[in-house]
Amino acid sequence: MKNTIISLKDIAVSYDGEQILGGFNLEIHAGEFVTLLGPSGCGKTTVLRTIAGFIKPDAGDVFFYDKKITALPPHKREVNTIFQKYALFPHLNVYNNIAFGMRLKGRGEKEIKETVQRMLAMVNLTGYAHRGVSQLSGGQQQRVAIARALANEPKVLLLDEPLGALDLKLRKDMQAELKKIQQQTGITFIFVTHDQEEALSMSDTVVVMDGGVIQQIGSPTDIYNEPRNAFVADFIGESNILDGIMQEDYSVRFAGHDFCCLDGGFGKNIPVDVVIRPEDIKVVEPDSALIAGDVTAVTFKGVHYEIIVDVSGFKWMIQSTECRKVGDRIGLALTPNDIHVMKKSEYSGMYGDYSSFSDEMEETNALPDSMDDNRLTEQNVPPERKASAQKGALNKKNPVSEPEAEEEGGVHEV
Amino acid sequence: MKSDSKLLSAPYTVWMTVFIVLPMLLVGYFAFTDKSGSFTMENILSVGQYSNVFLRSIWLGAVATAVSLGLGYPLAYIISKVNVRRQNIMVMLVMLPMWMNFLLRTYAWMTLLEDNGLINSALAAVGLPRVHMINTAGAVVLGMVYNYIPYMILPLYSVLTKIDRSVIEAAQDLGANSREVFWKVVVPMSMPGVISGVTMVFVPAVSTFIISKMLGGGGNLLIGDLIDMQFLGSAYNPNLGSAVSLVLMVIILICMGIMNQFDDGEAVDGGGMLI
Repeated sequence: MKNTIISLKDIAVSYDGEQILGGFNLEIHAGEFVTLLGPSGCGKTTVLRTIAGFIKPDAGDVFFYDKKITALPPHKREVNTIFQKYALFPHLNVYNNIAFGMRLKGRGEKEIKETVQRMLAMVNLTGYAHRGVSQLSGGQQQRVAIARALANEPKVLLLDEPLGALDLKLRKDMQAELKKIQQQTGITFIFVTHDQEEALSMSDTVVVMDGGVIQQIGSPTDIYNEPRNAFVADFIGESNILDGIMQEDYSVRFAGHDFCCLDGGFGKNIPVDVVIRPEDIKVVEPDSALIAGDVTAVTFKGVHYEIIVDVSGFKWMIQSTECRKVGDRIGLALTPNDIHVMKKSEYSGMYGDYSSFSDEMEETNALPDSMDDNRLTEQNVPPERKASAQKGALNKKNPVSEPEAEEEGGVHEV
Repeated sequence: MKSDSKLLSAPYTVWMTVFIVLPMLLVGYFAFTDKSGSFTMENILSVGQYSNVFLRSIWLGAVATAVSLGLGYPLAYIISKVNVRRQNIMVMLVMLPMWMNFLLRTYAWMTLLEDNGLINSALAAVGLPRVHMINTAGAVVLGMVYNYIPYMILPLYSVLTKIDRSVIEAAQDLGANSREVFWKVVVPMSMPGVISGVTMVFVPAVSTFIISKMLGGGGNLLIGDLIDMQFLGSAYNPNLGSAVSLVLMVIILICMGIMNQFDDGEAVDGGGMLI
């Protein structure tokens, strides 16, 4: 039986009359590395600040073990926060920053000195005790912030996008370091990020959020392999998401053909979303597969090629180590294991076609002046795709908006 | 690039040489010469007999500075806490008296504080005893605080608004209650503002002459009045006046040097010197 350290019950929070969270429930188990993952504005930071005590919810309660702490001010809570911009005290040096919390608790100077040295060693900053914090680099400042929070011996450490301001290499080092510190200390970490890769590589449990609602909770592998809806499938990694019909258990029809799959329990002839990860698709000769299409774009990504294939109007993404040329006709081979079936949700139809990577791009391309011959006119675009274009930049698949900008307008094969 | 900036700075250099450095040298020259122009230490040495004037000036200036800080800090803190629109209105209200002529402002206080002035008339009207206020040290301090407090509030306000909200939250998060947050984070981080505010109130307060003349009567002679008398008054003696000015300058420099000791290396820079 897992031990719940923090629980949020029916939390409602609004800013200026706009509701951020409503009826929000979450339980966090002691000793876990939990990540709240979602696009900006999904309410993840609000959840964190509610746990820290900086936000008093309009309704609902926060529990620390069985104790209700909803009304407890931040300085009385046994949680500490690492802020996005470090928030070190500029008038104090590294030593005094780390000692700040212990001094407030009235610890002896000898004990403080020992703890500061131990914390500095943990974050690899031994010898920096008497530097001013403004002399430190971003990564070093963040380490001081970590040491300062851990010196307080919190039961829960809250991390609000702590690595967002660091460059890529440093971020990876800090990810490994944070994970190591979490395992060493056994402290419960609640980590907020919009970076899915960061979430997958660090967490024991990932909580995927959108629009103030939890979309899925699970281990990184669960979240990736068994996404519950189109939003999760799209936000975590790359996905081709197609409309399908679950004909019966272990048989699904999409892209004009029947496929065997490993999913069941949906009932008979039920509309579903089908997820196929780009790396699972095998490129074969066009006549040896059920699905075949024309290559419209190829991008070299280092480890693999990213190939966009037009199959009767729907753009598939394939990741393959073999190169194909634009204009080639190829077959897409799938095994039952590659097919993941999800219930229809409010997100159905919003994601999953690779005509463009971001909704913003789709919106831009929907302007008539960029049309060319093989494009569909707007009347031909199914209503749900229009809706997705109007939804704007709600969710960006990939910040690098990319190659087939000349192509547009996918149609779902049903 | 370099010659460009040199060219640009030329007018300023000329101005500063002619109107700041040269007059300073002249003050020094007058302070160390007698009427016939020959070198003497007599002026400097005779400044000693006015030590009570110096002490009174420094004392009243210090009291006025302390009162301004005591009143101005909470106000600056409150202003920095309210929303931006209110902040602008409140800052404008702080500066409003400064748009009125300095002499007029001080004169207005005279009519308020006089034995038959507005305040005493009001007191008498409700049957309370009259209070003697004009021509006291208290009236001089009041005049100084009234005139110079905006110079305390503005640098404090500008430093306090720049304190990052997340630093305050970090302190709360680490276990500081609101009093501890204030004394251990807000106050130390606002020290540059305190120092520039104190300097900007103390220096003009010490050397003022019009406030003491109008509100202090004859009994509260300040250094400013002393200097005024040597140049424009009955005791015409520019050499002594220069010596007094020189000593005053040295004293102020020493005071500022001591002040700046509080603002050591660890403190935040920027935002300190507003004007």
